[in-house]
Amino acid sequence: MDFELSRDQVALAELVRVIVAGRFPIERVRRAEGGRQVVDDDDWAALGEAGVFSLTLPEDAGGAGLGMADAAVVFEELGRGVVPGPLVATHLAARLAARAPALSGAAGGSMVVGATRPPSGGQPWLVEHLDSLSALVVRGDGGRLTVAGPAEVAALAAVARPIERSLDPLTPLSLVPAAGPALDSVIDEEGAGREWDLGTRVLTGALCVGIAAATCHLAVEHAKHRHQFGRPIGSFQAVKHLCADMLVRAETARAAVQAAAVTVDQPDVGDPERAAAGGALLAAEAAVANARTCVQVFGGMGFTWEVPVHLYLMRAKVLAASLGPADVLAATVADRY
Amino acid sequence: MDLRYTAQEERFRAELRGWLEGAVPSLPDKPPADDWPARRTYDTHWQRLLFDAGWAGVDWPKEGGGRGAGPVEQLVYAEELARAHAPYVGVNFVGLLHAGPTIAVEGTPAQRARYLPPILRGEEVWCQGFSEPDAGSDLASLRTRAVRDGDQYVVNGSKTWTSHAEVADLCELLVRTGPEDSRHRGITWLAVPMDTPGIEIRPMRTIAGTTEFAELFFDDVRVPVANRLGEEDDGWRVAMVTLSFERGTAFVGELLSSVELLRSLRDVAAQQGAPAAVTARIGHLGAELDALWALTRRNVSQAARDGVPGIGGSVFKLAFSELRQRLGDLGLELAGSAGLSWDELAGGPWSAAAGGPGNAELVDTWVNSFSRTIAAGTSQIQRNIVAERILGLPKG
Repeated sequence: MDFELSRDQVALAELVRVIVAGRFPIERVRRAEGGRQVVDDDDWAALGEAGVFSLTLPEDAGGAGLGMADAAVVFEELGRGVVPGPLVATHLAARLAARAPALSGAAGGSMVVGATRPPSGGQPWLVEHLDSLSALVVRGDGGRLTVAGPAEVAALAAVARPIERSLDPLTPLSLVPAAGPALDSVIDEEGAGREWDLGTRVLTGALCVGIAAATCHLAVEHAKHRHQFGRPIGSFQAVKHLCADMLVRAETARAAVQAAAVTVDQPDVGDPERAAAGGALLAAEAAVANARTCVQVFGGMGFTWEVPVHLYLMRAKVLAASLGPADVLAATVADRY
Repeated sequence: MDLRYTAQEERFRAELRGWLEGAVPSLPDKPPADDWPARRTYDTHWQRLLFDAGWAGVDWPKEGGGRGAGPVEQLVYAEELARAHAPYVGVNFVGLLHAGPTIAVEGTPAQRARYLPPILRGEEVWCQGFSEPDAGSDLASLRTRAVRDGDQYVVNGSKTWTSHAEVADLCELLVRTGPEDSRHRGITWLAVPMDTPGIEIRPMRTIAGTTEFAELFFDDVRVPVANRLGEEDDGWRVAMVTLSFERGTAFVGELLSSVELLRSLRDVAAQQGAPAAVTARIGHLGAELDALWALTRRNVSQAARDGVPGIGGSVFKLAFSELRQRLGDLGLELAGSAGLSWDELAGGPWSAAAGGPGNAELVDTWVNSFSRTIAAGTSQIQRNIVAERILGLPKG
């Protein structure tokens, strides 16, 4: 038993950190704020080339043959860098490509694949990043997956209404009428929906852990350098304790998400469903709570558009929403406890 | 990251499990919580069984008579004892987890030969005299004074929060030998026989109604210089040595029993058709317990790699102590008016006979949970430690 990162996992994290620092410095990413196409094709291809979308594919399918544990390490780094775009959906779509040829470009990053879960009762759906997508995976009731290829996505985009202002300025939204074009590439294979849900919870959880850790770091650095009453605000216990709680949330969420990833890879060590639901629950909570606390520690500046802390908060809310209601995740844990 | 155990670790587990399956059912009934002589008999009997089977001092260094097990084996050990519902270390806590390991490292050969074997065999019980009425979180300000008189120290002062003092044979005592304001630099570690004239024990009643700890008063208590561990004025370092033995397994038993308690709360709540809000709280607590079990394995792995525990210990302690209070709250809330009685109620869903947690256990868990955020460093001090030592924030 060794639950520390392996040397390869440490190297993988470092590699992704370098790519994020080079391609996605926050001031550069922010230039796309409010735009309809936030995902840059070259950047997406660079992520693909680095293996972000293919690393859990078997080697004979062009992947690295790695597990969800390795993917969780990579996605934590992407979360830390608030890298925009449907990262989780494109990664999971690459794993579906063997069953859905329309998704074959996902692994290499030549396709941007989104995901959505339509509301029941014929309500219109909100789709993220629609204008950047070349495919869309629709997660229906009962674990049914439907794939919309490039032509169908274009048809969806043609009838969709753009949302003028989305909460996260780097996650554009479109409203698709329920009576949109029919999607007929259905993947009904047993296990596909389950794998999709587990992957969504683990990798979204990992993005959230990255946000929780990043906002903890930002708050601590601010508290060390911002002076009031002639001393750093981080020397006041009221501020210190906020920061300590941020670390506790980030570290427990990381342990939970990484254990979930390992359990998906090695189901003999536990219950993957319970671990993934619990990890996602705590990670989403940690991301939102830490980002809010970061706004608080930054004080008035934290409430300004200029300081990028709010981007972490809004992304955390986008990720939390993609996981569904917290009570549903908690009930999954309770039922399987 | 690998959560599977090696073949060697699994062999260790199987051997221990096999022994526990025979030993635990052979134990007599647990004594009442406030009958300390009976508790001593029960706990030391268990320690003797462990010793005879070669399971005493698993985590102790071999030169101290222990098994020298690595961090992962220590984790397996704690996990298996918890799963078998084996007795907690009880009155052997200070000897096995604190004084013993300290003597194993800092003691002379004569001191090791004198003190260690009786701890492992369950023949001598230790208590701890560290905290004082005016030196709690700020331990370095302690004032109990020891003055050298020939080959003896004469000790005067008082100590507090001393668990099972009335049944202890020896006390690991921190005394002031340096000047009044010498703080960490003027403290000495002494082994004091509890039957030495001049020691008065005054048990304190807790809010749970039991006498878990006592105040100690020292009035011209004479202690041989030979009972000093390490050099004079070097006792702070000596006492802190033990902390370096902590491998992140200290709370395994309580963590796993919390999992069991939550599971039985879930079962009873489900039978009663609990509202969705209760299910969500149960699930949230379950997710947190799972996360802390993962964090435990992370901390143990770190200790196995680096030889020292990482940052996880303080993080774990903070999270678990507060979680334990919320678990206590939930249990008492679900029990409703049955949670107002310390007496075991016969009948109803909260009688122990119904298979679930009894109302008395829920009351006990709830009341005792308040000590968790105080003992071994209050949550406020823990937050300072996390902020200053891990996050690097400046001291106030």
